[in-house]
Amino acid sequence: MSANLSAILYLVSGVLFILALRGLSSPETSRQGNLFGIIGMLIAVTVTFLSVGNFSSGFIYVLIFLAIGGSIGAFIAYRIPMTAMPELVAGFHSLVGLAAVFVAISAFINPAAFNLGTPGNIKLASLIEMAIGAAVGAITFSGSVIAFLKLQGIMSGAPITFKGQHLLNALLLILIVILTIYLCSTQSSNLFWILIAVSFLIGFLIIIPIGGADMPVVISMLNSYSGWAAAGIGFTLENTALIITGALVGSSGAILSYIMCKGMNRSFFNVILGGFGATEQTSESQNKEQRPVKSGNADDAAFLMKNASSVIIVPGYGMAVAQAQHALREMVDTLKKNDIKVSYAIHPVAGRMPGHMNVLLAEANVPYDEVFELEEINNDFANADVAFVIGANDVTNPVAKTDPQSPIYGMPVLDVEKCKSVLFVKRSLSPGYAGIDNDLFYKENTLMLFADAKKMTEDITKNL
Amino acid sequence: MEIDPFIFRLSIFILSIFVGYYVVWSVTPSLHTPLMSVTNAISSVIIVGAIIAALSGSEGVVFSLSSIYGFLAIILAAVNIFGGFLVTQRMLAMYKKKKKDK
Repeated sequence: MSANLSAILYLVSGVLFILALRGLSSPETSRQGNLFGIIGMLIAVTVTFLSVGNFSSGFIYVLIFLAIGGSIGAFIAYRIPMTAMPELVAGFHSLVGLAAVFVAISAFINPAAFNLGTPGNIKLASLIEMAIGAAVGAITFSGSVIAFLKLQGIMSGAPITFKGQHLLNALLLILIVILTIYLCSTQSSNLFWILIAVSFLIGFLIIIPIGGADMPVVISMLNSYSGWAAAGIGFTLENTALIITGALVGSSGAILSYIMCKGMNRSFFNVILGGFGATEQTSESQNKEQRPVKSGNADDAAFLMKNASSVIIVPGYGMAVAQAQHALREMVDTLKKNDIKVSYAIHPVAGRMPGHMNVLLAEANVPYDEVFELEEINNDFANADVAFVIGANDVTNPVAKTDPQSPIYGMPVLDVEKCKSVLFVKRSLSPGYAGIDNDLFYKENTLMLFADAKKMTEDITKNL
Repeated sequence: MEIDPFIFRLSIFILSIFVGYYVVWSVTPSLHTPLMSVTNAISSVIIVGAIIAALSGSEGVVFSLSSIYGFLAIILAAVNIFGGFLVTQRMLAMYKKKKKDK
């Protein structure tokens, strides 16, 4: 296959990838978009086989390894529960990162196969691209592994911080730059290995200080990194499909991180430097005397809802933990039978990854046109009778609007307190992730339902 | 003077960043999770590099030091491609509109 033809076909697959993302602008077009993505991938892989043109025994092995990986992937895709989606995505990111590292290593050992020169005499530009691809890939890999372990609960979600952490990270970053420069002048393979090792280390160090609820930012950021790593390799291989895809994925992840940071009213650096609340634990929250709380049971909750004409449901990470989405949907079905209008309000950072709650609700057969984003629904709280907060906490805290001293001041929150009454399902009065008390607990019109989210929802359904 | 082909690739790269920027802003927030899984799947197009690496062995030698890394990368990327696209499809199939009242 001529080089020009394959370049054009790679471009076609790049365009198909753009269309795949474009399809996600609405659920109706999204399935078609996914199909475009699959076709784009098929084209890219086929063109590669044809342009390498080596159909010897090696080709059979390629197919075998492809089948092994493919069946593992397919198996995981069908078996994974929707609540585990954040872990899955983090795990997948780590694979992209590691694949980038492997390709870079292979290109470094055998540059002739990629038309990049001979070992010890690799073209300067290729070497720089290779080093960037390998370093970013390695950071993506180790960072994603830590994110995966934290999300999976194997590793504590609490931020791990130590003295001099930021200084160490800064020094390591500088070291990576120096290593890259030396690598280019000496072409030494030892330096290449050290570069990769240091990159692995820094990916690990960057993610350990970041706490559980900041995971949406971390996952989006790693998503972005995996794109930049692919783009770096794309430059090395002079492959348009990879360059386009890398740029798409890189900017996609960056935008998602931006949206997530904005949802928490924090700067990107604030999140990355880690330890939310750990340093700014104000004495104020500890000095507060015990305030009275109204608590109720499923019966009270059912009574309130039965007499309401509109209910807004505010789901959060706790719903995912308790796997309460199906029970919730059943409760809503019963409410709807009683002619009560129900809608769902989703905060941008609810859950552990962007769009986490939407997927869970979709899994429980909640139609997506009943689910609203913060800006769409926030004005409706004032007219609603009951807000049912299930597993969310900080994103409903009115303190973010009233108390400039609070660490979450300025964060956009759902105006839950404007509802006539608020039902708050929670296991205990403990503060949320930000480590601050939620004023909503103590409001006149709030009824606390202390129980497991799933059990409480089921009980309410029985009482309706 | 001839233009270095690198400049062309750089142009494609920069323009793609802008395309990505505008396309991703138009993605509806409720589909952000599928967006992540599909970007994950398409970034596995890195398998292109893995295949070239795996087939880089000289005559009659399938497994050389450099091709082994290629084969490993093929497995990783393949997990991602199949896993990513299939899980995205599975998620997207769940997004349904309100049923019309019967």
